[in-house]
Amino acid sequence: MIIELGHYALVLALATAIVQSVLPILGVKRGDRSMMELAGSAAIASFLLVVFAFAVLTFAYVVSDFSVRNVWENSHSLKPLIYKISGVWGNHEGSMLLWLLILVFFSMLVALFGRNLPATLRANVLAVQAWITTAFTLFILLTSNPFARLVPAPGEGRDLNPVLQDIGLAIHPPLLYLGYVGFSVCFSFAIAALIEGRIDAAWARWVRPWTLAAWTALTAGIAMGSYWAYYELGWGGWWFWDPVENASFMPWLAGTALLHSALVMEKREALKIWTVLLAILTFSLSLLGTFLVRSGVLTSVHAFATDPTRGVFILAILVVFIGGAFSLFALRATHLKAGGLFAPISREGALVLNNLILTTATATVLTGTLYPLLLEALTGDKISVGAPFFNMTFGLLMLPLLFVVPFGPLLAWKRGDLSGAAQRLFIAAAIGVMAAAVVAYAKSGGPLLAPLGIGLGAYLVLGAVTDLVLRSGLGKVAGRVALGRLLGLPRSVFGTALAHAGLGITLIGIVVATAYGTETVVEMKPGMLADAGGYTLRFDGMREARGPNYSEDTGHFTVSRAGVQVSEIWSSKRLYSARRMPTTEAGIRTFGLSQLYVSLGDEMSGGGIVVRIWWKPLILCIWGGALIMMAGGLVSLSDRRLRVGAPSRARKAPQLAAGAAE
Amino acid sequence: MIRVLLALCLCLASLGPAFAVNPDEVLADPALEARAREISAELRCMVCQNQSIDDSNADLAKDLRLLVRERLKNGDSDEAVIDYIVSRYGDFVLLKPRFEAKTLLLWGMPVVLLLVGAGTIFLAARRRGGRTAGAPLSDEEQARLDKLMRS
Repeated sequence: MIIELGHYALVLALATAIVQSVLPILGVKRGDRSMMELAGSAAIASFLLVVFAFAVLTFAYVVSDFSVRNVWENSHSLKPLIYKISGVWGNHEGSMLLWLLILVFFSMLVALFGRNLPATLRANVLAVQAWITTAFTLFILLTSNPFARLVPAPGEGRDLNPVLQDIGLAIHPPLLYLGYVGFSVCFSFAIAALIEGRIDAAWARWVRPWTLAAWTALTAGIAMGSYWAYYELGWGGWWFWDPVENASFMPWLAGTALLHSALVMEKREALKIWTVLLAILTFSLSLLGTFLVRSGVLTSVHAFATDPTRGVFILAILVVFIGGAFSLFALRATHLKAGGLFAPISREGALVLNNLILTTATATVLTGTLYPLLLEALTGDKISVGAPFFNMTFGLLMLPLLFVVPFGPLLAWKRGDLSGAAQRLFIAAAIGVMAAAVVAYAKSGGPLLAPLGIGLGAYLVLGAVTDLVLRSGLGKVAGRVALGRLLGLPRSVFGTALAHAGLGITLIGIVVATAYGTETVVEMKPGMLADAGGYTLRFDGMREARGPNYSEDTGHFTVSRAGVQVSEIWSSKRLYSARRMPTTEAGIRTFGLSQLYVSLGDEMSGGGIVVRIWWKPLILCIWGGALIMMAGGLVSLSDRRLRVGAPSRARKAPQLAAGAAE
Repeated sequence: MIRVLLALCLCLASLGPAFAVNPDEVLADPALEARAREISAELRCMVCQNQSIDDSNADLAKDLRLLVRERLKNGDSDEAVIDYIVSRYGDFVLLKPRFEAKTLLLWGMPVVLLLVGAGTIFLAARRRGGRTAGAPLSDEEQARLDKLMRS
């Protein structure tokens, strides 16, 4: 009964979404305020209904109600509670419901926090949000109903895919969707602006926090997913340029560009049309990602052709929303007035360069991801586009961008002083070059580009610090005054510095782990030794154990350095009983920012076992840097001009103060 | 998430968690082995989802790894080995497609976009340039400005 109520709540959510799609827009047309106001209440109602539906499905998982087909397919009564809950979105139907939940969550936030928006803008934004909600609710109800029943109910479920029985599944998809779907708000604002034919700096000020919030969540989601793949897959890789990863990376790249262009628009009223286009583009890429992942088109074009219902439905959503948005853009963009002027060498100019490179990089990833699919569909030729292609093209594009990142914050708005900025960055660049030289000397004979990458990373971090030092006047004024000035800087300045420094740290992690990591593959018998990264591992033997829904063989290793025991590592192979599916549980030990990574392979006939040992120097910098970028996003989100909300006369003064500080 | 799933379903499920390169495959000469690893990273495991033969433990990947090492031992250059594999398995095996007619758009896209984007920005800046320069201040404007500056 409760299951049917959940299903019914979803149908009601569809009804409220349709109301919210139509009436507010009519209200704007007729100037009927009460019709416009309806949007907010409808958004909150939709949210509550979807929350209820989601809670019902979660309940079915928790009590292992196998009469629900979705629960039977993806759960097991012996599964630990946390995986019963995260299993709700570990499958197609449930993950679409989570997608919808986050979408209506954002609509509700707009309804609640958008009270100071102009009434017409708020109504239009919420209506556009409701169009998306309607489309996806229909998709779930018509093609992916998570509440379908099974009669008679089976006694036991088929269990969740073992690889997904991990804390990663509990965190990664919700974060990723917060990012993906968060960009829907930017999209809705863009469409609303096009409908109204009016857009100004205030618009950018409203859009920026949403972009920032979505970007921060997406950064965390991608980093989390990368770390999850790293420890779960057991082959030591952390980024594979897989189409599914690219699907989340493209909105991130476009969202990063949007973040920067919205900044120009907010401060200088320039790049209006471009910012609107980017907002549309970013969410379009989110939709495309949803299509790629959910339609099965990635596995093969043929898998898509055999069961096309879902794929075609999402494709239709994609075509309607992206096509509609771009048509509207083509019709209306010329109505938007061009804004502030600026010289090529200026903060705006630097941000334009940022946008040029990031957009090209997005397009490169997009082409690489879709090219094999399109080529096969059109000509039947099969080609592969994999990591070597992306590493080369994407790497080449990023190199110039990374060089100019520290320049951006140092250039003035409107007209900047390039040689002045270069002089101020001299110390950072010099230390970067020195770092590169030292690494090149110490690791002579190693990869040629690696020292360059490390130097570039150091320069990025120091460039970010330079910006803070200059703004506080450290070295020019007394320490106390400088400290006072530093603390008085707008938080967005710290956000920028953190994000840029995080980028440098990630770069250092990537370069060092890739270039100077080692890999040892050996067959080991108990008592044998192997060396990695200056540590010696002794294989002590295997031990069998049982978990709640799996059995495992665990290998024990003693780690010592210079003859002294420093740590131990357990590395296992598991067999999950319900699906008869094996997984590896790599043994990972952290030393500072570096890791030893041990994975077990086949048992050999002579009683030995194949062991693979990686030394991953500074690998934690990769995700640590991403966490710092995320922290930058959060700090910037707490900036005064965003906390205070939309601009009104009363807050003119602080705004001027903030402007003066920059 | 799905990547994890697909990779395992397609490659590991039937075979159990084993590794890609196994100790018995490794060549005695470290320089040759390093070349073999580099070549393997560029070749696709044909039965897997986006995995190189270096990462995959599928039987076909193992056969290809052995083949690569065999050719290297016979004194083939890196290009000769790759050419040989492509002649047997087709372009699909290359993870970095060659630059040819059917991959023109793939390789050309970044370059074209950068050029078009840079061109557009340049033109827009030049159009604007005329406007930013503006006319010099008239005497009256200069006087007003001086007054403002003094106050």
